[in-house]
Amino acid sequence: MSLTRRTLLATTAAALAAPSLAQAPAKVVVIGGGFAGATAARFLQREGVSVTLVEPNAQYISCPFSNAVLAGLRNLSQQTFTYKAIAAQGITIAQQAATQIDAQARRVTLTDGTVLTYDRLVMAPGIDLNFASLPGYDEAASTLMPHAWKAGAQTTLLRQQLEAMPDGGTVIISAPANPFRCPPGPYERASLIAWYLKTNKPKSKLLILDAKDAFSKQSLFTAAWKEIYGDMIEWIGLSGGGKVTEVKARENIFVTEFGEHKADVGNVIPPQRAGRIATIAGATDQTGWCPIDPVTFEAKLVPNIHVIGDAAVGGGMPKSAFAANAQAKACAYAVSALLRGDNPAEPKLINTCYSLVKPDYAISVAGVYAPAKGLLADVQGAGGVSVANAPASVRAAEAHYAEGWYKTITQEVFG
Amino acid sequence: MTARSTFHFATTKGGALIALLFCLGGPTSAAPPDVSKAPAGASACLGCHGASETELPSLNKLSESEIESAMDAFRTGAREATLMNRIAKGFTPDETRALAQWLVTQGRAP
Repeated sequence: MSLTRRTLLATTAAALAAPSLAQAPAKVVVIGGGFAGATAARFLQREGVSVTLVEPNAQYISCPFSNAVLAGLRNLSQQTFTYKAIAAQGITIAQQAATQIDAQARRVTLTDGTVLTYDRLVMAPGIDLNFASLPGYDEAASTLMPHAWKAGAQTTLLRQQLEAMPDGGTVIISAPANPFRCPPGPYERASLIAWYLKTNKPKSKLLILDAKDAFSKQSLFTAAWKEIYGDMIEWIGLSGGGKVTEVKARENIFVTEFGEHKADVGNVIPPQRAGRIATIAGATDQTGWCPIDPVTFEAKLVPNIHVIGDAAVGGGMPKSAFAANAQAKACAYAVSALLRGDNPAEPKLINTCYSLVKPDYAISVAGVYAPAKGLLADVQGAGGVSVANAPASVRAAEAHYAEGWYKTITQEVFG
Repeated sequence: MTARSTFHFATTKGGALIALLFCLGGPTSAAPPDVSKAPAGASACLGCHGASETELPSLNKLSESEIESAMDAFRTGAREATLMNRIAKGFTPDETRALAQWLVTQGRAP
């Protein structure tokens, strides 16, 4: 054997044993093109990694600010982004769904049968609606009583129902137990629908049936509702009989342990779990979510698979777009370090989440997180919600900053 | 700022060792943020503070000392804020310094 050939074989063997950025670029497959997955794909590609982004949809319709679409304050087109800039960056887009994952062989199978191999896999599958956990509610029922918890056609449907409702009608929103996507979301939604009702159908009512006794930014929402909407919004928590146990979609009825509530417009926000591909990969535990390592975001249940965004659990970080984006950057760093054979440094993560109560009135929650005892724990002394009893100028400033956040993050992720 | 570089050693039949230096993507002013060198937490700042000025300020026009002193003032409460004081309290003075340094070098938003 010639020396040249021996060298070549040795190099090939080394590349197979320990993928290195110095040789053929390491391969990472990212599943899911939302705030987490698209961010991870972009930052990994900039690290010199060969990235394939698996996303079945040609467009992404963003949930943040979609409650403003329900109130007629925005158009869905302002929520819609493409993957053109991501592709132009040099990321391969596989416009397919992932159907199988072989964690041992490090292979992902797509809808059309294509098989992608990877050195490491990043999964950002978002949420699935857990229809099985709410009797009477499924895909078909959601065409009558929309969830609108994935923005798009469901958002449009709920908007149309609100527009068609006569003045004096009752809107009912059911909110699930924790954890779920966007913890303050149901209450921002109630606020902005109330804004639409107050300005267009002022004799109407809005009822929130809640499967829990406390919710995000509760005291701020409650005070703002009283101040702005009087007694238009009523909230019934778990101990008051607010937990919805069944829905009758054809009759627009929410069933609780205490009785039935009939709506003119019924919005069911059902329980959720990690996107199905996470379960196929074996990354979900009995709760339906993916426990992760707080430094690398590697799934605790499967090696070489990292989970970020709404599908991941492990500490105090809420399921928000900001958290998804921050986790994706920390994960991209960790994956890149692992592929080089380095130890990833401990990350620190930030979350910021604004909720609109009406136009020019927003409240926020913030948090800083660091690894502690295997979880991403709140950094003590930091974070918290907007101050109570603040002047209107402070609420207006936060609404203004919320707009800025949306422009910046969507530019970083899709621009 | 250092360029990422890779050495390839190849042995020829003559036995001479030839070192080849490839410079991969040397730094330019438009280089995207290098998250691999980001101190803890720094890359998250870019989720609100990008290259363009929006309703929120871009950090690209600020100096290292301006970012550090602003964060210090937010942390102590010397400077009023709607939200930044809640975030600044999550970072020690040392972490804040490292973060400011990264943001004006590798961390410039593209």
